[in-house]
Amino acid sequence: MAQTITEKILAFHAGFDEVEPGQLIEAKVDIALANDVTAPIAIAEFEKLGVEKVFDDERVLLIPDHFTPNKDIKSAEQAKILREFAKKQGLKNYFEIGRVGIEHVLLPEQGLVLPGDLIVGADSHTCTYGALGAFATGVGSTDLAAAMATGKVWLKVPETIKVVYHGKLAPWVEGKDLILHTIGILKVDGALYQALEMTGETIDTLPMYGRMSMANMAIEAGAKNGIIAPDEITLDYVRSRAQRDYTLFASDPDAVYCKTIEIDASAIRPQVAYPPLPDKSRSVDQAAADKIEIDQVVIGSCTNGRIEDFRLAASLLKGRKAAPYMRLLIIPGTQDVYRQMIKEGLTEIFLDAEALISPPTCGPCLGGHMGVLAAGERAVATTNRNFVGRMGHPESEVYLSNPAVAAASAILGRIAAPEEVL
Amino acid sequence: MNNIQGKAWKFGDDVDTDAIIPARYLNTSDPLELAKHCMEDADTGFAGKVKAGDIMVAGKNFGCGSSREHAPIAIKAAGVACVIAPTFARIFYRNAFNTGLLILESVEAAAAIEAGHEVAINSTTGTIDDLTSGQRFKAQPIPDFMQKLLDDGGLMEHWRKRLESS
Ligand code: SF4
Repeated sequence: MAQTITEKILAFHAGFDEVEPGQLIEAKVDIALANDVTAPIAIAEFEKLGVEKVFDDERVLLIPDHFTPNKDIKSAEQAKILREFAKKQGLKNYFEIGRVGIEHVLLPEQGLVLPGDLIVGADSHTCTYGALGAFATGVGSTDLAAAMATGKVWLKVPETIKVVYHGKLAPWVEGKDLILHTIGILKVDGALYQALEMTGETIDTLPMYGRMSMANMAIEAGAKNGIIAPDEITLDYVRSRAQRDYTLFASDPDAVYCKTIEIDASAIRPQVAYPPLPDKSRSVDQAAADKIEIDQVVIGSCTNGRIEDFRLAASLLKGRKAAPYMRLLIIPGTQDVYRQMIKEGLTEIFLDAEALISPPTCGPCLGGHMGVLAAGERAVATTNRNFVGRMGHPESEVYLSNPAVAAASAILGRIAAPEEVL
Repeated sequence: MNNIQGKAWKFGDDVDTDAIIPARYLNTSDPLELAKHCMEDADTGFAGKVKAGDIMVAGKNFGCGSSREHAPIAIKAAGVACVIAPTFARIFYRNAFNTGLLILESVEAAAAIEAGHEVAINSTTGTIDDLTSGQRFKAQPIPDFMQKLLDDGGLMEHWRKRLESS
Protein backbone atom coordinates (compact mmCIF):
# COMPACT_ATOMS: atom_id res chain seq x y z
CA MET A 1 0.00 0.00 0.00
CA ALA A 2 1.21 3.51 -0.74
CA GLN A 3 2.37 5.35 2.39
CA THR A 4 3.05 8.93 3.44
CA ILE A 5 6.42 9.85 4.95
CA THR A 6 4.81 10.03 8.39
CA GLU A 7 3.32 6.55 8.01
CA LYS A 8 6.63 5.15 6.80
CA ILE A 9 8.62 6.52 9.72
CA LEU A 10 6.04 5.27 12.22
CA ALA A 11 5.88 1.82 10.60
CA PHE A 12 9.68 1.60 10.64
CA HIS A 13 9.84 2.37 14.36
CA ALA A 14 6.98 0.05 15.23
CA GLY A 15 8.52 -2.86 13.32
CA PHE A 16 5.81 -3.06 10.66
CA ASP A 17 5.95 -2.93 6.88
CA GLU A 18 3.12 -0.47 6.86
CA VAL A 19 0.63 1.25 9.13
CA GLU A 20 -2.64 3.01 8.49
CA PRO A 21 -4.28 6.09 10.02
CA GLY A 22 -6.10 5.34 13.25
CA GLN A 23 -3.88 2.35 14.06
CA LEU A 24 -2.39 2.32 17.55
CA ILE A 25 1.27 1.45 17.64
CA GLU A 26 4.01 1.13 20.19
CA ALA A 27 7.07 2.66 18.59
CA LYS A 28 10.76 2.83 19.47
CA VAL A 29 11.98 6.36 20.08
CA ASP A 30 15.34 7.64 18.88
CA ILE A 31 15.37 10.74 21.05
CA ALA A 32 13.42 11.74 24.18
CA LEU A 33 13.88 15.31 25.39
CA ALA A 34 12.63 17.63 28.11
CA ASN A 35 13.36 21.13 29.39
CA ASP A 36 13.53 22.85 32.78
CA VAL A 37 9.73 23.27 32.90
CA THR A 38 8.72 19.75 31.91
CA ALA A 39 11.64 17.58 33.06
CA PRO A 40 11.09 17.95 36.82
CA ILE A 41 7.67 16.28 36.53
CA ALA A 42 9.04 13.67 34.10
CA ILE A 43 11.92 12.87 36.46
CA ALA A 44 9.55 12.51 39.43
CA GLU A 45 7.37 10.12 37.39
CA PHE A 46 10.44 8.24 36.15
CA GLU A 47 11.62 7.75 39.70
CA LYS A 48 8.24 6.41 40.78
CA LEU A 49 8.55 3.71 38.13
CA GLY A 50 11.42 2.08 39.98
CA VAL A 51 13.63 1.80 36.89
CA GLU A 52 17.34 2.30 37.61
CA LYS A 53 18.63 3.69 34.34
CA VAL A 54 17.22 5.60 31.40
CA PHE A 55 16.89 3.49 28.25
CA ASP A 56 19.92 5.13 26.62
CA ASP A 57 22.18 7.77 28.15
CA GLU A 58 22.90 9.31 24.74
CA ARG A 59 19.28 9.55 23.66
CA VAL A 60 17.67 11.14 26.67
CA LEU A 61 18.30 14.88 26.33
CA LEU A 62 17.81 17.50 29.04
CA ILE A 63 17.86 21.13 27.99
CA PRO A 64 17.35 23.81 30.66
CA ASP A 65 16.41 26.70 28.36
CA HIS A 66 13.14 28.23 29.56
CA PHE A 67 13.91 30.05 32.82
CA THR A 68 17.69 30.01 32.51
CA PRO A 69 19.95 31.67 33.50
CA ASN A 70 17.86 30.88 36.60
CA LYS A 71 15.44 33.74 36.94
CA ASP A 72 14.54 33.15 40.59
CA ILE A 73 14.96 30.67 43.41
CA LYS A 74 12.13 28.42 42.30
CA SER A 75 13.48 28.10 38.78
CA ALA A 76 16.95 27.48 40.18
CA GLU A 77 15.48 24.55 42.12
CA GLN A 78 13.87 23.21 38.95
CA ALA A 79 17.11 23.46 36.98
CA LYS A 80 18.94 21.72 39.81
CA ILE A 81 16.65 18.70 39.47
CA LEU A 82 17.76 18.33 35.84
CA ARG A 83 21.43 18.76 36.66
CA GLU A 84 21.40 16.18 39.44
CA PHE A 85 19.46 13.66 37.40
CA ALA A 86 21.83 14.14 34.46
CA LYS A 87 24.83 13.58 36.72
CA LYS A 88 23.35 10.53 38.38
CA GLN A 89 22.32 8.98 35.07
CA GLY A 90 25.51 10.00 33.28
CA LEU A 91 23.54 11.66 30.49
CA LYS A 92 25.78 12.57 27.57
CA ASN A 93 23.47 15.29 26.35
CA TYR A 94 22.71 17.57 29.25
CA PHE A 95 23.44 21.18 28.41
CA GLU A 96 24.66 23.49 31.16
CA ILE A 97 24.52 27.29 30.95
CA GLY A 98 27.28 28.40 28.61
CA ARG A 99 26.52 25.48 26.33
CA VAL A 100 22.76 25.51 26.32
CA GLY A 101 20.56 27.13 23.71
CA ILE A 102 16.87 27.05 22.89
CA GLU A 103 16.22 23.33 22.51
CA HIS A 104 14.74 23.38 19.02
CA VAL A 105 17.53 25.52 17.65
CA LEU A 106 20.24 23.61 19.52
CA LEU A 107 19.41 19.99 18.72
CA PRO A 108 19.31 20.25 14.91
CA GLU A 109 22.43 22.46 15.01
CA GLN A 110 24.33 19.85 17.04
CA GLY A 111 23.19 17.01 14.79
CA LEU A 112 21.36 15.30 17.65
CA VAL A 113 18.10 14.95 15.74
CA LEU A 114 18.25 13.49 12.26
CA PRO A 115 16.14 12.53 9.24
CA GLY A 116 13.99 9.44 9.77
CA ASP A 117 14.15 9.71 13.57
CA LEU A 118 11.18 9.27 15.86
CA ILE A 119 11.49 12.00 18.47
CA VAL A 120 9.27 12.70 21.45
CA GLY A 121 9.79 15.81 23.52
CA ALA A 122 8.07 17.24 26.54
CA ASP A 123 7.67 20.50 24.68
CA SER A 124 5.00 21.20 22.12
CA HIS A 125 7.42 22.67 19.58
CA THR A 126 9.29 19.39 19.34
CA CYS A 127 7.52 19.24 15.96
CA THR A 128 10.31 21.55 14.65
CA TYR A 129 12.46 18.52 13.77
CA GLY A 130 9.94 17.52 11.13
CA ALA A 131 11.87 20.01 8.98
CA LEU A 132 14.64 17.40 8.79
CA GLY A 133 12.28 14.66 7.62
CA ALA A 134 11.83 13.16 11.09
CA PHE A 135 8.63 12.29 12.95
CA ALA A 136 8.74 14.57 15.96
CA THR A 137 5.91 15.30 18.35
CA GLY A 138 5.27 16.96 21.68
CA VAL A 139 4.11 14.93 24.66
CA GLY A 140 3.52 15.63 28.32
CA SER A 141 5.89 14.83 31.15
CA THR A 142 4.32 11.47 32.04
CA ASP A 143 4.51 10.20 28.47
CA LEU A 144 8.08 11.38 28.40
CA ALA A 145 8.91 9.61 31.67
CA ALA A 146 7.68 6.35 30.16
CA ALA A 147 9.78 6.97 27.03
CA MET A 148 12.86 7.80 29.13
CA ALA A 149 12.51 4.49 30.95
CA THR A 150 11.47 2.19 28.14
CA GLY A 151 12.55 3.86 24.90
CA LYS A 152 9.01 3.41 23.67
CA VAL A 153 5.90 5.47 23.14
CA TRP A 154 2.35 4.63 22.13
CA LEU A 155 0.98 6.63 19.25
CA LYS A 156 -2.06 6.71 17.08
CA VAL A 157 -1.09 6.91 13.41
CA PRO A 158 -2.42 10.27 12.21
CA GLU A 159 -4.10 11.06 8.94
CA THR A 160 -2.07 13.50 6.87
CA ILE A 161 -3.00 16.87 5.42
CA LYS A 162 -0.82 17.77 2.46
CA VAL A 163 -0.08 21.43 1.82
CA VAL A 164 1.44 22.17 -1.58
CA TYR A 165 3.16 25.53 -2.05
CA HIS A 166 3.61 26.84 -5.58
CA GLY A 167 5.66 29.69 -6.96
CA LYS A 168 8.58 31.83 -6.00
CA LEU A 169 8.56 33.87 -2.81
CA ALA A 170 8.43 37.68 -3.05
CA PRO A 171 11.16 39.72 -1.30
CA TRP A 172 10.99 39.69 2.51
CA VAL A 173 8.73 36.63 2.55
CA GLU A 174 10.05 33.81 4.70
CA GLY A 175 9.10 30.32 5.84
CA LYS A 176 7.51 32.08 8.81
CA ASP A 177 5.08 33.87 6.51
CA LEU A 178 4.17 30.67 4.69
CA ILE A 179 3.27 28.96 7.93
CA LEU A 180 1.41 31.97 9.39
CA HIS A 181 -0.59 32.17 6.17
CA THR A 182 -1.27 28.41 6.32
CA ILE A 183 -2.44 28.54 9.94
CA GLY A 184 -4.68 31.43 8.91
CA ILE A 185 -6.35 29.05 6.46
CA LEU A 186 -6.41 25.97 8.68
CA LYS A 187 -7.19 27.79 11.95
CA VAL A 188 -5.78 26.75 15.30
CA ASP A 189 -7.54 23.38 15.30
CA GLY A 190 -7.55 22.73 11.56
CA ALA A 191 -5.02 19.92 11.77
CA LEU A 192 -6.05 18.48 15.13
CA TYR A 193 -4.70 14.90 15.58
CA GLN A 194 -3.29 15.06 12.03
CA ALA A 195 0.09 15.24 10.34
CA LEU A 196 0.90 18.31 8.26
CA GLU A 197 3.08 17.49 5.27
CA MET A 198 4.53 20.51 3.51
CA THR A 199 5.67 20.17 -0.05
CA GLY A 200 5.77 21.78 -3.51
CA GLU A 201 8.31 23.73 -5.53
CA THR A 202 8.42 26.60 -3.04
CA ILE A 203 9.55 24.19 -0.32
CA ASP A 204 12.05 22.54 -2.69
CA THR A 205 14.13 25.73 -2.65
CA LEU A 206 13.35 26.86 0.90
CA PRO A 207 16.46 26.88 3.13
CA MET A 208 16.57 24.83 6.34
CA TYR A 209 15.98 27.75 8.68
CA GLY A 210 12.72 28.58 6.87
CA ARG A 211 11.67 24.93 6.91
CA MET A 212 12.31 24.86 10.66
CA SER A 213 10.12 27.94 11.20
CA MET A 214 7.39 26.12 9.31
CA ALA A 215 7.55 22.73 11.03
CA ASN A 216 7.90 24.57 14.36
CA MET A 217 4.44 26.08 14.05
CA ALA A 218 2.58 22.95 12.88
CA ILE A 219 1.36 22.61 16.48
CA GLU A 220 -0.25 26.05 16.13
CA ALA A 221 -2.75 24.40 13.75
CA GLY A 222 -3.19 21.59 16.29
CA ALA A 223 -1.11 19.12 14.25
CA LYS A 224 0.56 16.09 15.78
CA ASN A 225 3.61 16.64 13.60
CA GLY A 226 4.74 18.82 10.71
CA ILE A 227 7.00 17.24 8.15
CA ILE A 228 9.05 18.09 5.07
CA ALA A 229 10.67 15.30 3.07
CA PRO A 230 14.48 15.37 3.21
CA ASP A 231 16.33 16.46 0.05
CA GLU A 232 19.73 17.90 -0.92
CA ILE A 233 19.12 21.00 1.20
CA THR A 234 18.45 18.77 4.22
CA LEU A 235 21.50 16.64 3.53
CA ASP A 236 23.74 19.69 3.16
CA TYR A 237 22.64 20.72 6.63
CA VAL A 238 22.84 17.28 8.22
CA ARG A 239 25.99 15.73 6.72
CA SER A 240 28.55 17.72 8.65
CA ARG A 241 26.60 17.52 11.91
CA ALA A 242 25.35 13.94 12.20
CA GLN A 243 27.18 11.70 14.67
CA ARG A 244 25.17 8.59 13.81
CA ASP A 245 23.34 6.98 10.90
CA TYR A 246 20.06 8.27 9.63
CA THR A 247 17.43 7.17 7.14
CA LEU A 248 15.68 9.12 4.43
CA PHE A 249 11.98 8.55 3.89
CA ALA A 250 9.64 10.06 1.32
CA SER A 251 5.92 9.82 0.61
CA ASP A 252 4.84 7.54 -2.21
CA PRO A 253 3.37 9.49 -5.13
CA ASP A 254 0.00 7.77 -4.65
CA ALA A 255 -0.07 8.03 -0.83
CA VAL A 256 -3.48 8.81 0.64
CA TYR A 257 -4.15 12.20 2.25
CA CYS A 258 -7.25 13.25 4.15
CA LYS A 259 -7.01 16.68 2.57
CA THR A 260 -4.80 18.55 0.09
CA ILE A 261 -4.43 22.31 0.17
CA GLU A 262 -2.79 24.19 -2.70
CA ILE A 263 -1.27 27.57 -1.94
CA ASP A 264 0.04 30.15 -4.38
CA ALA A 265 3.09 31.18 -2.37
CA SER A 266 4.11 33.85 -4.87
CA ALA A 267 1.06 35.92 -3.89
CA ILE A 268 1.88 35.96 -0.17
CA ARG A 269 3.11 39.14 1.52
CA PRO A 270 4.90 39.09 4.88
CA GLN A 271 2.33 38.13 7.50
CA VAL A 272 1.44 39.50 10.92
CA ALA A 273 -0.65 37.38 13.30
CA TYR A 274 -2.81 39.56 15.53
CA PRO A 275 -3.49 38.63 19.13
CA PRO A 276 -4.74 36.46 20.70
CA LEU A 277 -4.32 33.50 18.30
CA PRO A 278 -1.66 32.53 15.75
CA ASP A 279 -4.38 32.02 13.11
CA LYS A 280 -5.26 35.71 12.99
CA SER A 281 -2.80 36.39 10.22
CA ARG A 282 -3.09 39.43 7.94
CA SER A 283 -0.71 40.91 5.38
CA VAL A 284 1.86 43.31 6.76
CA ASP A 285 0.34 46.03 4.59
CA GLN A 286 -2.93 45.67 6.44
CA ALA A 287 -1.05 45.80 9.76
CA ALA A 288 0.89 48.89 8.63
CA ALA A 289 -2.36 50.59 7.60
CA ASP A 290 -3.80 49.79 11.03
CA LYS A 291 -1.06 52.01 12.57
CA ILE A 292 -0.31 49.71 15.49
CA GLU A 293 2.12 51.37 17.88
CA ILE A 294 4.43 49.08 19.80
CA ASP A 295 6.61 49.13 22.90
CA GLN A 296 8.86 46.15 22.35
CA VAL A 297 10.30 43.97 19.60
CA VAL A 298 11.65 40.49 20.28
CA ILE A 299 13.77 38.76 17.66
CA GLY A 300 14.64 35.19 18.60
CA SER A 301 12.94 31.96 19.80
CA CYS A 302 12.78 28.43 18.44
CA THR A 303 10.84 29.78 15.44
CA ASN A 304 13.29 32.48 14.35
CA GLY A 305 16.45 32.31 16.47
CA ARG A 306 18.87 31.04 13.83
CA ILE A 307 21.77 32.93 12.25
CA GLU A 308 19.88 33.58 9.01
CA ASP A 309 17.09 35.22 11.01
CA PHE A 310 19.56 37.65 12.56
CA ARG A 311 21.21 38.37 9.21
CA LEU A 312 17.80 39.33 7.91
CA ALA A 313 17.11 41.62 10.87
CA ALA A 314 20.59 43.14 10.65
CA SER A 315 20.18 43.90 6.95
CA LEU A 316 17.46 46.39 7.92
CA LEU A 317 18.89 47.57 11.24
CA LYS A 318 22.29 48.41 9.79
CA GLY A 319 22.90 52.13 10.27
CA ARG A 320 19.49 52.63 11.88
CA LYS A 321 18.27 52.80 15.46
CA ALA A 322 15.37 51.45 17.43
CA ALA A 323 12.64 54.09 17.77
CA PRO A 324 12.55 56.22 20.95
CA TYR A 325 10.98 54.43 23.94
CA MET A 326 11.26 51.20 21.96
CA ARG A 327 12.86 48.14 23.53
CA LEU A 328 14.53 45.96 20.93
CA LEU A 329 15.60 42.54 22.22
CA ILE A 330 17.84 40.25 20.23
CA ILE A 331 18.02 36.67 21.52
CA PRO A 332 20.36 34.32 19.68
CA GLY A 333 19.07 30.74 19.77
CA THR A 334 22.36 29.13 20.78
CA GLN A 335 25.94 29.93 21.75
CA ASP A 336 27.03 29.05 18.20
CA VAL A 337 24.50 31.48 16.75
CA TYR A 338 25.80 34.11 19.18
CA ARG A 339 29.41 33.46 18.17
CA GLN A 340 28.50 33.62 14.50
CA MET A 341 26.68 36.92 15.08
CA ILE A 342 29.89 38.33 16.54
CA LYS A 343 32.06 36.98 13.71
CA GLU A 344 29.83 38.48 11.05
CA GLY A 345 29.61 41.86 12.77
CA LEU A 346 25.90 41.51 13.49
CA THR A 347 26.29 42.19 17.20
CA GLU A 348 27.92 45.51 16.29
CA ILE A 349 24.97 46.39 14.06
CA PHE A 350 22.52 45.49 16.83
CA LEU A 351 24.44 47.41 19.48
CA ASP A 352 24.59 50.44 17.19
CA ALA A 353 20.85 50.11 16.74
CA GLU A 354 20.61 50.29 20.54
CA ALA A 355 19.27 46.78 20.85
CA LEU A 356 19.75 44.66 23.94
CA ILE A 357 21.41 41.34 23.23
CA SER A 358 20.34 38.54 25.56
CA PRO A 359 22.02 35.22 26.23
CA PRO A 360 20.31 32.28 24.51
CA THR A 361 17.06 31.57 26.40
CA CYS A 362 13.33 31.21 25.82
CA GLY A 363 12.99 34.26 28.07
CA PRO A 364 10.13 36.54 27.03
CA CYS A 365 8.69 34.12 24.45
CA LEU A 366 6.63 32.51 27.21
CA GLY A 367 6.56 35.54 29.48
CA GLY A 368 9.25 33.97 31.61
CA HIS A 369 11.84 36.71 32.07
CA MET A 370 14.20 39.00 30.13
CA GLY A 371 11.50 41.23 28.64
CA VAL A 372 8.08 40.63 30.17
CA LEU A 373 5.31 43.07 29.15
CA ALA A 374 3.30 45.39 31.41
CA ALA A 375 -0.48 45.92 31.14
CA GLY A 376 -1.40 47.70 27.93
CA GLU A 377 1.95 47.13 26.26
CA ARG A 378 2.31 45.76 22.76
CA ALA A 379 5.09 43.73 21.22
CA VAL A 380 6.04 42.44 17.81
CA ALA A 381 7.79 39.12 18.21
CA THR A 382 9.26 36.52 15.89
CA THR A 383 7.99 33.86 18.31
CA ASN A 384 5.13 31.44 17.68
CA ARG A 385 2.35 32.20 20.17
CA ASN A 386 0.36 35.34 20.88
CA PHE A 387 -2.13 33.97 23.40
CA VAL A 388 -3.52 36.23 26.11
CA GLY A 389 -0.76 36.86 28.65
CA ARG A 390 1.83 34.90 26.68
CA MET A 391 4.56 37.56 27.07
CA GLY A 392 3.47 38.98 30.40
CA HIS A 393 0.44 40.83 31.69
CA PRO A 394 -2.91 39.46 30.45
CA GLU A 395 -3.68 42.92 29.08
CA SER A 396 -0.51 43.03 26.98
CA GLU A 397 -0.51 42.02 23.31
CA VAL A 398 1.82 40.11 21.01
CA TYR A 399 1.88 40.34 17.21
CA LEU A 400 3.79 37.58 15.43
CA SER A 401 5.97 38.25 12.38
CA ASN A 402 9.17 37.34 10.57
CA PRO A 403 12.49 38.98 11.60
CA ALA A 404 12.43 41.56 8.77
CA VAL A 405 9.01 42.88 9.76
CA ALA A 406 10.11 42.86 13.40
CA ALA A 407 13.24 44.89 12.57
CA ALA A 408 11.33 47.41 10.46
CA SER A 409 8.76 47.76 13.23
CA ALA A 410 11.48 48.37 15.82
CA ILE A 411 12.88 51.19 13.71
CA LEU A 412 9.53 52.89 13.15
CA GLY A 413 7.97 52.15 16.54
CA ARG A 414 4.88 50.71 14.88
CA ILE A 415 4.15 47.61 12.85
CA ALA A 416 5.79 48.26 9.51
CA ALA A 417 6.63 46.55 6.24
CA PRO A 418 10.35 46.06 5.53
CA GLU A 419 10.05 48.25 2.41
CA GLU A 420 9.10 51.22 4.57
CA VAL A 421 12.59 51.60 6.02
CA LEU A 422 14.58 51.10 2.83
CA MET B 1 -15.39 7.71 41.04
CA ASN B 2 -18.30 6.93 38.79
CA ASN B 3 -20.55 9.68 39.88
CA ILE B 4 -19.72 13.30 39.79
CA GLN B 5 -21.99 16.20 40.52
CA GLY B 6 -21.20 19.88 40.54
CA LYS B 7 -21.71 23.30 39.13
CA ALA B 8 -20.80 24.13 35.52
CA TRP B 9 -18.20 26.81 34.72
CA LYS B 10 -18.25 27.89 31.08
CA PHE B 11 -15.34 28.86 28.85
CA GLY B 12 -15.06 29.60 25.12
CA ASP B 13 -13.27 28.01 22.17
CA ASP B 14 -9.51 27.41 21.97
CA VAL B 15 -8.77 27.81 25.67
CA ASP B 16 -4.97 27.59 25.58
CA THR B 17 -2.55 26.27 28.15
CA ASP B 18 -1.31 29.79 28.93
CA ALA B 19 -4.88 30.61 29.98
CA ILE B 20 -5.14 27.42 32.04
CA ILE B 21 -1.86 28.04 33.82
CA PRO B 22 0.22 31.07 32.78
CA ALA B 23 3.89 30.29 32.12
CA ARG B 24 4.96 32.80 34.78
CA TYR B 25 3.93 30.20 37.37
CA LEU B 26 5.76 27.29 35.75
CA ASN B 27 8.82 27.76 37.92
CA THR B 28 7.19 25.17 40.17
CA SER B 29 5.38 21.89 39.63
CA ASP B 30 3.64 21.80 43.01
CA PRO B 31 -0.05 21.01 42.24
CA LEU B 32 -1.41 23.23 45.02
CA GLU B 33 0.71 26.21 43.94
CA LEU B 34 -0.43 25.69 40.34
CA ALA B 35 -4.08 25.33 41.39
CA LYS B 36 -4.02 28.83 42.91
CA HIS B 37 -3.48 30.34 39.45
CA CYS B 38 -5.70 28.02 37.43
CA MET B 39 -7.58 29.96 34.66
CA GLU B 40 -6.32 33.22 36.16
CA ASP B 41 -6.01 35.12 32.87
CA ALA B 42 -9.40 33.92 31.56
CA ASP B 43 -11.45 34.35 34.75
CA THR B 44 -9.69 36.16 37.57
CA GLY B 45 -10.46 34.55 40.89
CA PHE B 46 -11.62 31.26 39.36
CA ALA B 47 -9.39 29.27 41.69
CA GLY B 48 -11.06 30.85 44.72
CA LYS B 49 -14.59 30.38 43.42
CA VAL B 50 -14.53 26.84 42.04
CA LYS B 51 -15.63 24.09 44.45
CA ALA B 52 -14.40 20.53 44.62
CA GLY B 53 -16.46 18.43 42.23
CA ASP B 54 -17.34 21.29 39.87
CA ILE B 55 -17.24 20.85 36.12
CA MET B 56 -15.67 22.90 33.36
CA VAL B 57 -17.62 23.16 30.10
CA ALA B 58 -15.67 24.66 27.23
CA GLY B 59 -15.61 25.17 23.46
CA LYS B 60 -13.60 23.34 20.82
CA ASN B 61 -9.86 22.64 20.96
CA PHE B 62 -9.59 22.91 24.74
CA GLY B 63 -6.00 22.89 26.01
CA CYS B 64 -4.28 24.00 22.81
CA GLY B 65 -0.73 25.30 22.96
CA SER B 66 2.01 24.00 25.16
CA SER B 67 2.69 20.43 26.29
CA ARG B 68 2.81 21.47 29.95
CA GLU B 69 1.30 18.76 32.10
CA HIS B 70 0.93 21.53 34.66
CA ALA B 71 -2.35 22.38 32.86
CA PRO B 72 -4.38 19.25 33.70
CA ILE B 73 -2.59 19.07 37.06
CA ALA B 74 -3.70 22.63 37.91
CA ILE B 75 -7.31 21.98 36.84
CA LYS B 76 -7.48 18.79 38.86
CA ALA B 77 -5.82 20.31 41.92
CA ALA B 78 -8.23 23.26 41.77
CA GLY B 79 -10.99 20.74 42.44
CA VAL B 80 -12.48 20.39 38.95
CA ALA B 81 -13.84 16.85 38.56
CA CYS B 82 -14.35 16.82 34.81
CA VAL B 83 -13.87 18.93 31.68
CA ILE B 84 -16.45 18.68 28.90
CA ALA B 85 -15.63 20.05 25.43
CA PRO B 86 -16.45 19.24 21.79
CA THR B 87 -12.74 18.55 21.08
CA PHE B 88 -9.47 18.66 22.99
CA ALA B 89 -6.01 19.56 21.71
CA ARG B 90 -4.10 16.31 21.33
CA ILE B 91 -1.26 16.79 23.81
CA PHE B 92 -3.72 17.98 26.44
CA TYR B 93 -5.91 14.94 25.73
CA ARG B 94 -3.02 12.57 26.44
CA ASN B 95 -1.88 14.54 29.45
CA ALA B 96 -5.35 14.51 31.00
CA PHE B 97 -5.43 10.72 30.86
CA ASN B 98 -1.89 10.44 32.14
CA THR B 99 -2.58 12.70 35.11
CA GLY B 100 -6.01 11.25 35.90
CA LEU B 101 -8.16 14.23 34.96
CA LEU B 102 -11.50 13.08 33.55
CA ILE B 103 -12.32 14.69 30.21
CA LEU B 104 -15.36 14.03 28.04
CA GLU B 105 -15.98 14.94 24.42
CA SER B 106 -19.53 16.00 23.59
CA VAL B 107 -20.50 18.64 21.04
CA GLU B 108 -24.08 18.77 22.32
CA ALA B 109 -23.34 18.94 26.04
CA ALA B 110 -20.67 21.58 25.53
CA ALA B 111 -23.12 23.74 23.60
CA ALA B 112 -26.22 23.24 25.75
CA ILE B 113 -24.98 23.32 29.33
CA GLU B 114 -25.05 26.84 30.70
CA ALA B 115 -22.88 28.44 33.35
CA GLY B 116 -24.13 27.72 36.85
CA HIS B 117 -26.16 24.65 35.87
CA GLU B 118 -25.95 21.65 38.13
CA VAL B 119 -24.45 18.76 36.18
CA ALA B 120 -24.17 15.06 37.04
CA ILE B 121 -21.80 12.72 35.24
CA ASN B 122 -21.49 8.98 35.21
CA SER B 123 -17.92 8.44 34.09
CA THR B 124 -18.40 4.74 33.45
CA THR B 125 -21.24 5.16 30.98
CA GLY B 126 -20.26 8.63 29.77
CA THR B 127 -23.73 9.99 30.55
CA ILE B 128 -23.94 13.71 31.26
CA ASP B 129 -27.10 15.03 32.93
CA ASP B 130 -27.84 18.73 33.04
CA LEU B 131 -29.99 18.64 36.17
CA THR B 132 -31.02 22.28 35.79
CA SER B 133 -32.42 21.92 32.27
CA GLY B 134 -33.27 18.23 32.50
CA GLN B 135 -31.33 17.39 29.33
CA ARG B 136 -29.26 14.22 29.01
CA PHE B 137 -26.18 13.82 26.80
CA LYS B 138 -23.88 10.97 25.90
CA ALA B 139 -20.14 11.62 25.64
CA GLN B 140 -17.93 10.08 22.95
CA PRO B 141 -16.75 6.70 24.22
CA ILE B 142 -13.16 6.63 25.45
CA PRO B 143 -10.91 4.78 22.93
CA ASP B 144 -10.36 1.13 23.95
CA PHE B 145 -6.64 1.54 24.41
CA MET B 146 -7.12 4.54 26.68
CA GLN B 147 -9.70 2.58 28.66
CA LYS B 148 -7.14 -0.20 29.13
CA LEU B 149 -4.60 2.33 30.41
CA LEU B 150 -7.20 3.72 32.81
CA ASP B 151 -8.07 0.21 34.00
CA ASP B 152 -4.39 -0.39 34.67
CA GLY B 153 -4.33 2.77 36.80
CA GLY B 154 -2.73 5.10 34.23
CA LEU B 155 0.28 5.00 31.96
CA MET B 156 2.93 4.63 34.66
CA GLU B 157 1.04 1.83 36.44
CA HIS B 158 0.60 0.13 33.07
CA TRP B 159 4.35 0.20 32.52
CA ARG B 160 5.14 -0.80 36.07
CA LYS B 161 3.05 -3.93 35.65
CA ARG B 162 4.61 -4.72 32.30
CA LEU B 163 8.15 -4.18 33.52
CA GLU B 164 7.56 -6.29 36.62
CA SER B 165 6.12 -9.19 34.66
CA SER B 166 8.94 -9.19 32.08
S1 SF4 C 1 11.37 29.68 22.42
FE1 SF4 C 1 9.26 29.87 23.12
S2 SF4 C 1 8.08 28.40 21.96
FE2 SF4 C 1 10.25 27.89 21.69
S3 SF4 C 1 10.67 26.34 23.23
FE3 SF4 C 1 11.14 28.31 24.15
S4 SF4 C 1 9.24 28.98 25.16
FE4 SF4 C 1 8.72 27.32 23.78
